[in-house]
Amino acid sequence: MRTIRVVIAKPGLDGHDRGAKVIARALRDAGMEVIYTGLRQTPEMIVAAALQEDADVIGLSILSGAHMHICPKVMSLLKEKGLDHVKVVVGGIIPDVDRPKLQAMGIAGIFLPGSPMQNIVDFITEQVPPRAEVV
Amino acid sequence: MKPAATDTPADTATAKWERDVLEPALRKSPERPGPFTTISGRPIDRLYTAEDVRDFEVTRDAPAPGEFPYTRGIHPTGYRGKLWTMRQFAGFGTPEETNGRYKQLLGAGGTGLSVAFDLPTLMGRDPDHPLSLGEVGKCGVSVMSLADMERLFDGITLADITTSMTINSPAPMIFAMYLVVAEQQGADWKTLSGTIQNDILKEFIAQKEYIFPPRPSMRLITDIFEFCAKDVPKWNTISVSGYHIREAGATALQELAFTLRDGIEYVQWGIDAGLDVDDFVPRISFFFNAHSDFFEEIAKYRAARKIWATVMRDRFGAKDERSLKLRFHSQTAGVSLTAQQPYNNVVRTALQALSAVLGGTNSLHTNSLDEALALPTAEAATLALRTQQVIAHESGVTNVVDPLGGSYFIERLTLDMEEGVYKYFDAIDRMGGMVAAVEAGFPQREIAESSYRFQQSVERKDKIIVGVNGYVDADEPPFPILYIDDQTSDMQLIRLAELKRTRDNARVATTLDALKGAARGAGNTMYPLLDCVRAYATVGEMCDALREVWGEYEEVPSI
Repeated sequence: MRTIRVVIAKPGLDGHDRGAKVIARALRDAGMEVIYTGLRQTPEMIVAAALQEDADVIGLSILSGAHMHICPKVMSLLKEKGLDHVKVVVGGIIPDVDRPKLQAMGIAGIFLPGSPMQNIVDFITEQVPPRAEVV
Repeated sequence: MKPAATDTPADTATAKWERDVLEPALRKSPERPGPFTTISGRPIDRLYTAEDVRDFEVTRDAPAPGEFPYTRGIHPTGYRGKLWTMRQFAGFGTPEETNGRYKQLLGAGGTGLSVAFDLPTLMGRDPDHPLSLGEVGKCGVSVMSLADMERLFDGITLADITTSMTINSPAPMIFAMYLVVAEQQGADWKTLSGTIQNDILKEFIAQKEYIFPPRPSMRLITDIFEFCAKDVPKWNTISVSGYHIREAGATALQELAFTLRDGIEYVQWGIDAGLDVDDFVPRISFFFNAHSDFFEEIAKYRAARKIWATVMRDRFGAKDERSLKLRFHSQTAGVSLTAQQPYNNVVRTALQALSAVLGGTNSLHTNSLDEALALPTAEAATLALRTQQVIAHESGVTNVVDPLGGSYFIERLTLDMEEGVYKYFDAIDRMGGMVAAVEAGFPQREIAESSYRFQQSVERKDKIIVGVNGYVDADEPPFPILYIDDQTSDMQLIRLAELKRTRDNARVATTLDALKGAARGAGNTMYPLLDCVRAYATVGEMCDALREVWGEYEEVPSI
């Protein structure tokens, strides 16, 4: 079985990368393959990275309030590129009212400040179906 | 570190106490498993006595307040003369909306303004840039051009207040806009007072709102030093910030060390640009985080003053007393706020604010209880301000200067903080200074390590965060928040198009060309920037002009 591959991305203009870096490291320590895109990624760049890296999961770190613009774009681009199987999780400051809307557009998981790392690791492990190693 | 004991253990009062009192007590009821460490991971002993501060000398380490090296404060009367400035950071949506919040804060007894800009403004992008999508007016107020600055301060007399502006990469552009509004109001620049954050090093280190590469960014800052020394002498040209370094995960020691070393770097660059140390250092101020570990924070502020005074005198030969006295703003730790059980944040913030006051802060922002969820509501922002007023008027702590001075524990922590800072200074000096250290990614790596270590200690429950990994409520009621919709973005996009239609575009082009010329040469960039601003050039246009000359900085992503 192959290792779960996760792209961790910071979309938008915000540079607060503490959460993205901590979660990237926690997922790596949990045995996943983690690709961190760095800052100021457009939805197009993020989806391209997921395609190129054959990612199972995209983790978006958004603290700035731009999630209702960024998430739909990422989701529709994934569909366009035939990457429907890629699970998208969002971490950051997400108001209650936006959560059902994000879930409705297909965001698999939403993690707020204070979420234990282990919950995120467990969630991703459960969400990604085992895939055979492609040789 | 503790001094080596000169007495044999049997001789000391502590050893006797340990043998006769402590050990029997421990046998009956042992201590909790601990670890007994600060939030930064520094081990803390059970008890501090005179034996722990044998290397402490009052006249050298902590003489009376107002005396060099100002460990106990820069004012001989502490807060008996003047309370700290209660300065609440605020900004959201359109300039009109924020203007309303400012008038409310001033009406509620706030004594200074502090502007939060939105991310496009902070990153030097106009609202119509693709990366501005969804960000306009969200984290702060959108200010595209002089026209927005006029709206932001409409009905507020700039000569009568002090304004702090949290702006870094585009600090010269935003500062120029403020100065032109003051000019329109008939204010004299010579008497105008306030602060621009203007601290680019901590952007590379922690907050990552950089635009240009480090070296041209440093030149913009020395241009401001020079400009202000001549034209706006009462303006605080830079607020060297540990706040963001701490929020990114640094320990208290790292926050202090990197911030003071950033300060040293700015002074060195100013001197290298031909300025006299006492002509610009008095206008340098600092900004620290008020985090949760009460005593560690107090020691941090006390050590900060002592180190700065010593370094300015001994390393740079500063003679003006104002160059030696470290003044600082503090803000309670945003990162300590929890989305869970938000009312607990009021208590956290009050304790953090108290530590800043006991550490002698010169101005203070208290966070609102809802800031792990959204930008604060008006009610939450008022409660945050009231928290400061309760400390100031009801707790009694303002009656006396540096009430914890002479405490074995506090003096030990202060001395250790100082020693740790000088070790970091040595390491960074060996790398060739802070710009070189930043280019090598040194502080960035140190912070990422500390941040991960802290997260692990939370996961292990070595550190309990109430409501998060202990005392959790399974079913929390919904909490009312301020929701910023997209109307600001729509409005600012319309205004931007209108501005470009109605202003004198030929004049804009000429002034932008002059700015590029200054950037390519050695002239002070502030004067051409003021001309761009008067022509209503946008923040995005001015930054683009400089991007053309200097390029953009890109960080190599690393975990």
